[in-house]
Amino acid sequence: MADDSPQAIRAEAIESLLKERGLITEDDIDEVIAMYNERVGPMNGAKVVARAWTDPDFRRALLDDGSAAVAPYEFEGGQMEKLVVVENTAHVHNVVVCTLCSCYPWALLGLPPRWYKDPAYRSRIVREPRKVLAEFGLELDPAVQVRVWDSSAEVRYLVLPERPLGTDGWDAERLAERVTRDAMIGVARL
Amino acid sequence: MDGIHDLGGKEGFGAIDYEVNEPVFHARWEARVFAMYLQRLGGATNIDLRRHAIERIDPRAYLTHGYYGRWLGAMETLLLEGGLLSRAEIDARVVAMGGDAASLVASRPAERPDSIPYESDLPDSIRALARRPRFAVGDRVVTRSHGVPGHTRLPAYARARCGRIVLWHAGWVFPDTNAHGLGEDPQHLYTVAFTGDELWGDSAEAGITVHLDLFEPYLQRAPDGR
Repeated sequence: MADDSPQAIRAEAIESLLKERGLITEDDIDEVIAMYNERVGPMNGAKVVARAWTDPDFRRALLDDGSAAVAPYEFEGGQMEKLVVVENTAHVHNVVVCTLCSCYPWALLGLPPRWYKDPAYRSRIVREPRKVLAEFGLELDPAVQVRVWDSSAEVRYLVLPERPLGTDGWDAERLAERVTRDAMIGVARL
Repeated sequence: MDGIHDLGGKEGFGAIDYEVNEPVFHARWEARVFAMYLQRLGGATNIDLRRHAIERIDPRAYLTHGYYGRWLGAMETLLLEGGLLSRAEIDARVVAMGGDAASLVASRPAERPDSIPYESDLPDSIRALARRPRFAVGDRVVTRSHGVPGHTRLPAYARARCGRIVLWHAGWVFPDTNAHGLGEDPQHLYTVAFTGDELWGDSAEAGITVHLDLFEPYLQRAPDGR
């Protein structure tokens, strides 16, 4: 949207009034934007996934209690009070949504992409997940169970994708580069 | 409330609009609104109040102003209801900046807000509960059959549906009261699994399950045989 859009102007009007009243400062705003632009993003979730693939004890801990397993990383970004990690297998595919708003594990994946917040995904993925996943390019065998997780409270969900074939012997750092945001939402496989 | 935000299962929105290499923010104002709304100004003191303010914006704006446009409408609503700014002074500033005074404004402040801003002494949403949970993992439950005024977290598509408890998360702040300044009233929270057939009947895709995180007051024990 161009910066002369009605929303841009209204936002600027409100910001200028709040600053005049001393209710907000430039630093307050810049600090938040810098955090989400630079330090919070899917690279954090990728680190967790790659470690789960290479460290069986960590994988078990992550699936058993996601929040506790991830806590030592001290990721910024919030929305992580309780993390539930759901594991994809040859027989089960998981996918995450928030139909009522746009809940998302910010600290692990950053801010959600636009399609995740738009009505099309939120309305359809709970009703016709196989069709929606096929539109993302993910054709699932009819024998694969599809589990949709609609985040309707403060619990946050992360999909643990299957480790891609042909990565034997890779270390966690190299594996992390293969992990994508979409695979951790569950709309792609690796 | 039976608002436009309750989108699960609605039809007609078409294909997913996927953007390759999407930036975090698409415009400067989106980032500014995001950062401002997180400052908890005025009545924006808890996450349930902030979510409910988004649900209360103009439904046309909800569908057309994008995610941060929804936040803008919610932020303005809470600033007006909290008495920090007035609609007239915002409109005047918009016009002074060359904006169109006739364009759709998302904010829909209540004349007498039912949301009473308050801030908890406790962080986040998990709360210890002395009373025991009514349900255990594996129990069959049926969800509340009707909508309620105000904020709630049972989506319409899962009303009056039978599901199975798969996780128990202990005590959590209850959004239905917290969004209205009526206290935290912590409740047991469960993850409930619903089959595709239960939710969508004959038109359901095969082999799908939908999980929702639901608070105890939304649930009753399912009658025998369901």
